[in-house]
Amino acid sequence: MSTDLRDLYQEVILDHSKRPRNFHAIPDADRKAEGYNPLCGDRETVFLDLDGDVLKDVSFQGAGCAISTASASMMTESVKGKTKAEADALFERFHDLITGKSGAAATPSPELGKLAVFSGVREYPVRVKCATLPWHTLKAALAGENAPVSTESEGPAAETGGAQ
Amino acid sequence: MSTAVRETAAAYDVAAIRRDFPILATKVYGKPLVYLDNAASAQKPRAVIDTERDVYEKGYANIHRGVHWLSVHATDAYDAAREKARRFLNASLVSEIVFVRGTTEAVNLVAQTYGRCGVGAGDAVLITGLEHHSNIVPWQMLCAEKGARLDVAPIDDAGDVDLAALERLLTPRTRIVSVAHLSNALGTVVPVRRIAELAHARGIPVLVDGAQAAPRMPVDVRELGCDFYAFSSHKIYGPTGVGVLYGRAELLDAMPPYQGGGDMIRSVTFEKTTYAAPPHKFEAGTPNIAGGIAFGAALDYVSAIGLDRIAAHERDLLDDATERLTAIEGVRVVGTAREKAGVLSFVLEGVHPHDIGTVLDREGIAIRTGHHCAQPVMDRYHLPATARASFGLYNTRGEVDALVAAIHKVIGMFR
Repeated sequence: MSTDLRDLYQEVILDHSKRPRNFHAIPDADRKAEGYNPLCGDRETVFLDLDGDVLKDVSFQGAGCAISTASASMMTESVKGKTKAEADALFERFHDLITGKSGAAATPSPELGKLAVFSGVREYPVRVKCATLPWHTLKAALAGENAPVSTESEGPAAETGGAQ
Repeated sequence: MSTAVRETAAAYDVAAIRRDFPILATKVYGKPLVYLDNAASAQKPRAVIDTERDVYEKGYANIHRGVHWLSVHATDAYDAAREKARRFLNASLVSEIVFVRGTTEAVNLVAQTYGRCGVGAGDAVLITGLEHHSNIVPWQMLCAEKGARLDVAPIDDAGDVDLAALERLLTPRTRIVSVAHLSNALGTVVPVRRIAELAHARGIPVLVDGAQAAPRMPVDVRELGCDFYAFSSHKIYGPTGVGVLYGRAELLDAMPPYQGGGDMIRSVTFEKTTYAAPPHKFEAGTPNIAGGIAFGAALDYVSAIGLDRIAAHERDLLDDATERLTAIEGVRVVGTAREKAGVLSFVLEGVHPHDIGTVLDREGIAIRTGHHCAQPVMDRYHLPATARASFGLYNTRGEVDALVAAIHKVIGMFR
């Protein structure tokens, strides 16, 4: 395989896509939201249990590509136990990383932890939406929005960083 | 005229044809471009590119209105393209050829003129389960407006239209049947001639969406017996933004205009406007002049090679690719209709089509992944998406080799 493809499909990402963590429903979840990428047909549901302001438990279900499945899997691990504000801030850093904003990819913020493996996505603008779908869905769940989230709602320019 | 076209030897000289398409020399990530996304849009031969440039450099003015030399010249060239389209479809009259922006606009035109007058509350429009969104949504909009019903003839597991079910849906309230000639998502060749017979026996007109078929097989609208036939220039190696709606003269005569504006009128006063005769009645405003003329060049190009020879060439590629992909463990071909052309949809167990597309892209191979603007077809197979390789007149067996090798690469990576 060519080395640049390895930048996108890193071992950790392939592992999470084949064996996603927290891949189940939470019965009677406090919150849940559905995300949909109309371009590739990916659908993911994010489930959420809250303890006050803290994301006590997070899980997901659905079908998607390797990038969106791995992103959802690693997201659930990353935000569990965090406050809403911390989860929001993490998404912002993650978004900066994968859209290559302000050199975020060159020196990933330490708070990102394992999520830094997604830095290769910035070379594949059409795949940015795959990586952000679970995060948008989580955000909708946190906001208690009932309408399904679509990756198209932000507009392509916003989501691809105008790189298309 | 190009080398490939001049040498009408018995053998199909794909190497010569490829030299007619400048873009095929492109390297993608350092690898030769393998363009297998022809069902989305086809590449353009030099003859088409040169024609469009020549129009702007040597023969451009607005048409149908100037007395000056350039306008007359441009008008003649544009009218000649219309005659080429007539000949291409074997229509009786050049006035049966309406220029539109593409197949989508052609379907909308019929829905908003023939449909708006002919479909009322309680009536029905009949389509099939393998239609592209552009042959679903215009009818849905019409039916919602009129309180009419959209009936859908189902497809079977192979991707063939269930003709018995279709026949049962030809009711006394059915006002029009609109079907694809060739499915963009599955590659099914639809027996439109038979469908036209069934519908005509009940006095129901038939529109055929020929967007995928026109570049891939000989089309004779009189032999098919259809009432309308629509196709797009950009899928038949011509420019974007041009297409054809063929309509039988009696129907076009009786239909109200589509859009109002210049070029579609006979006379205008503030009290009353009388409309021009077909096709101009349906062509308000300045059209895509250079695009239309270059579309004529595209029809010349494919006609010189011969649609029957193109069909045979693509048949060979489709058979080869189908056989070799089917032999790969984990690959499932989606759409196994009795008769297929040009389009090969497939899924790979455990790998999402989007990931297949990304890996193939880095090999220089362009395929389409997703729902192919045919979400109901995907739902029918309970799939969110497929990967689709679609062939054109310039593709080669060597490119099928590249596709097969790249799929093995995908498997090595994800499984």
